[in-house]
Amino acid sequence: MSLTSRPVPVLRHLAAEFYAHCRSGELRFQRCTRCGAWRHVPRQTCAKCGSWDWEWKRSSGRGRVFTWTVVRRPMHPAFANDAPYAPVVIEMEEGVRIVSQVVDCPPDELRKGMSVEVTFDAVMPEVTLPKFRRASGEGRSA
Amino acid sequence: MPSLRGQACIVGIGHTEYRRAKAPEGTNLTLELRAAEAAIGDAGLRPHEIDGILPFFGLDNAEEFAVHFGIADLRFQMTSHLGGAAPGASIATAAMAVTNELASHVLIPGGWWGYAGRRVREVVVQDVSAMSGGANARDYYFPYGLTAPVQWFSMLARLHMNVFGTKPEQLGAVAVACRAHAQKNPNALMRGKPISLDDYLASPMISDPYRLLDCSLEADGAAAFVVTTTERARDLPGKAVPIVGFGQGQPFPADDIVTRVDPFELGVTHATSRAFEMAEITHADVDFAEIYDPFTFQVIQQLEEMGFCKRGEGGPFVEGGRIEMGGELPVNTHGGLLSEAHVLGMNHFVEAVQQLRGEAGERQVPDAKIGIVTGFGDFGDGSVVVLGRAS
Repeated sequence: MSLTSRPVPVLRHLAAEFYAHCRSGELRFQRCTRCGAWRHVPRQTCAKCGSWDWEWKRSSGRGRVFTWTVVRRPMHPAFANDAPYAPVVIEMEEGVRIVSQVVDCPPDELRKGMSVEVTFDAVMPEVTLPKFRRASGEGRSA
Repeated sequence: MPSLRGQACIVGIGHTEYRRAKAPEGTNLTLELRAAEAAIGDAGLRPHEIDGILPFFGLDNAEEFAVHFGIADLRFQMTSHLGGAAPGASIATAAMAVTNELASHVLIPGGWWGYAGRRVREVVVQDVSAMSGGANARDYYFPYGLTAPVQWFSMLARLHMNVFGTKPEQLGAVAVACRAHAQKNPNALMRGKPISLDDYLASPMISDPYRLLDCSLEADGAAAFVVTTTERARDLPGKAVPIVGFGQGQPFPADDIVTRVDPFELGVTHATSRAFEMAEITHADVDFAEIYDPFTFQVIQQLEEMGFCKRGEGGPFVEGGRIEMGGELPVNTHGGLLSEAHVLGMNHFVEAVQQLRGEAGERQVPDAKIGIVTGFGDFGDGSVVVLGRAS
């Protein structure tokens, strides 16, 4: 991998499963089948009840902007031409939070609590990233 | 079980010059050996009298120090994996080791060519496993361009601004206080370069809301300490600073910063009461605080989480000179990672010991009796050490 290629997840074990669902166009998070707790990032056991039993449960795909940063000086060369760009934390309806980007929103229009819905970005043949766009009804300008 | 309060002391400190060299002059070990040699000498010991070594995670291992110092019978070694909270955690481990006679004199070294050598921007590309979060960051942060500490910690600063109304000027107050303190510190990289709040606000945005002057200084340098029992310290020539309390803690989950139920929780949220209870002190007893300061907001956050003010009130707390010399709680009297140098928080202990020995010169906190040092590592691991006046 060259130094300027985009960093991609290592598709191994639970990360492989999470991203395989994304590749199929479905955002799924782990949900404990014993106590019902949702979790992300993927884990082998439930931190709430200790169970090893879980399922990949489909998310509604809806969430709200929790927080973000606007990168003006990228630290990774692969993003050198992207600035300014905004990594965003989304709080999903299921309660879990996920790092992503809101693709149709300039950084200065991001607002805490903004409603977003999932979309998918096939960045490589093997890797599809979940990203977000403004939910219908969410204003286009602040 | 007897309390560990005051059972062990820091009897030696040492450090190299802190600088920004054009190229590394030797290895990290070169710097660390220089600092260690100085600390051992400061303690009035000879290198082979060290029988415990607590090296810094990811740097040099104990064997390398033992080989160079001719320590043929190293009795005890251990490494904390708490990143920037490791110096404090290692002080605690050293205190436990000497109190339990697992070792007599324990060396804690740490330092790097953090500027002339491999800088953070290189680490994020070459060796993501060396970054906080490891696989989680690699698989779930990096693909979105969230690749460096300045980015993820600025997200917390923004959240605090959105929830509590914290202002850029309040982050700036931390930068200005640290810079003011550095003006009286001969080893500070930013001595001779004072800043105003306007300078802070005019500095370039790196990862909004973090500007350049919100960020600590990548630097070349090392520091080291020697810990022994309070009983043995009486037979040594130097001034011994008693370790009167310590604690460590982690937020949950520790390996993922964004999914915490309580997003502002830190290791020090839990470590502080542990340390203060052992030390039998309250917040009002603290004469100065050396707070691990990778970025400005993390000072505000730690002040809140340690209970020096309520959560949400850290912004106003750092204003009006309260954390400056002569204020209610002088913070980072040496300039901190922000204006002295980023020497892994090792330099915070050097400063605290100098203060409690009454040897801080122009920047001496008058009549300092109790000082605290925090550590902040990886995604918010924490350590708190309470130190008392030297005797």
